[in-house]
Amino acid sequence: MTALLDIRGLTANYGDFQALFGVDLHLDAGETVAIIGANGAGKTTLMRAITGIVRPKGQIDLDGKTMTRLAAPDVLQQGIAMVPEARKLFPSLSVEENLLIGAHTRKGNGVWNLETIYALFPILQERRHNPGTALSGGQQQMVAIGRALMSNPRVLLCDEISLGLAPVVIRDIYAAVPKIKASGTSIIVVEQDIGQALKIADRVYCMMEGRVTLTGTPATLTRAAIHDAYFGVTP
Amino acid sequence: MNLLDTLVQGILLGGLYALFAAGLSLVFGIMRLVNLAHGDMIVMAAYLILGVMNLLGLHPFVAVLIAAPLMFAVGWALQTYVLNRVLGDDILPPLLVTFGLSVVIQNSLLQSFSADSQKLTAGAIEAKSLALGPIAVGVMPLLTLVSAVAVIFALNQLFYRTALGRAFRATSDDATTAQLMGIRPQSVFAMATGIAMVVATIAALYLGTRANFDPSIGPARLLYAFEAVIIGGLGSLWGTLAGGIVIGVAQAFGAVINPEWQILAGHVAFVAILLLRPRGLFPRAND
Repeated sequence: MTALLDIRGLTANYGDFQALFGVDLHLDAGETVAIIGANGAGKTTLMRAITGIVRPKGQIDLDGKTMTRLAAPDVLQQGIAMVPEARKLFPSLSVEENLLIGAHTRKGNGVWNLETIYALFPILQERRHNPGTALSGGQQQMVAIGRALMSNPRVLLCDEISLGLAPVVIRDIYAAVPKIKASGTSIIVVEQDIGQALKIADRVYCMMEGRVTLTGTPATLTRAAIHDAYFGVTP
Repeated sequence: MNLLDTLVQGILLGGLYALFAAGLSLVFGIMRLVNLAHGDMIVMAAYLILGVMNLLGLHPFVAVLIAAPLMFAVGWALQTYVLNRVLGDDILPPLLVTFGLSVVIQNSLLQSFSADSQKLTAGAIEAKSLALGPIAVGVMPLLTLVSAVAVIFALNQLFYRTALGRAFRATSDDATTAQLMGIRPQSVFAMATGIAMVVATIAALYLGTRANFDPSIGPARLLYAFEAVIIGGLGSLWGTLAGGIVIGVAQAFGAVINPEWQILAGHVAFVAILLLRPRGLFPRAND
């Protein structure tokens, strides 16, 4: 069986600065993968390369179809949606409009629509006429996740969805992940919070300085191995 | 009664300035692009209406229905093949390009149609008026204001009630994130400029039926349009209508005091409002 998302030898540059050095990663259908790593490890660049915001070199295949040269709108059309770092809600759109714009060009044929998103995050229905950016950080994150789900993606990329949120809010948001998984979406979460990542992921990739330094399942990875891969020190 | 009459005539004139400005306001609101050729494109649309009238023997109000979709195509192509290439973080390249375009359009019109003044003849309706209590209101000026209100209303509905309007606002907020939603900013921009040119054609209809026009009058129309947009507050369409009316009323009163002061009074009102409210009357919150 080939992987749903198959990434091989991916490199990416910002001008003279190289951010990714030959990253290999695969995601099987129905799987949840966590990518952990310190600031500057290249996690966000990897997400931006997959979605077509950054033009990478190497190979990205979705279900056997090459995606490497596609622009961002075409990548979404193929079924990869992203919850961007720092949420990036549209300030001139209401909560409901922010959700609707997620389905602007791709609606897919899955379970996600306004009704099911409101069932997943009931608070959003109450606040649906508020401007998106008038909400609390956690609620904004819910909007960003709902917005990405509105296209019924095959692959959902979540970039640092716990960043800047209180632990209790993080728990609420991560409570939604099993439900998203149950809808059939495969998920990649980028996390700095290792504990959270190990809890929800089927497999974990650890990145450092633009390379994958460790992969495995949460059960087989020891704290010490993750520590080494995270900081690059061998005791 | 003279005061009331002046006020009403000024408001009606403001409708014309709001029509000049609405397209400019729309394009600026979506892509932060100031189209310095906007006035010349209005004049170009007036010649297009004139051409359609002469060719097919149509009334200007019918000819505009043919000219408007043609101008949409012109706007769409201009954005797709020229302006999209120069839009970016630096605001200077699009300014220079539209400035050059302004010169090119003026000279092309001069070559094609000569410097003779032209007029769009609408027949008997031009001289008709309605008696509203103590004052008489011309039918054409009244139609101009009604059209301006209708255009602004329609643009607002488009902006805030349709999926296209949602894409306009999202792209204006954050073009990169909009791409993650499957939106292509370049085709959104092309659509916006096309719509702006349709509005410019409506403005051209009232410009051409109200007074004479020739290839050189574009830049002055741009100036009024600009002032209306700034007075109203950047990106606010109803503000643009208010801005047009402020200039119209100021010009009307200026002309009453001394006919030489008509144009100057409009500019003075602009500067005065800029001094009191530097961001305009109805600034958009998140700019």
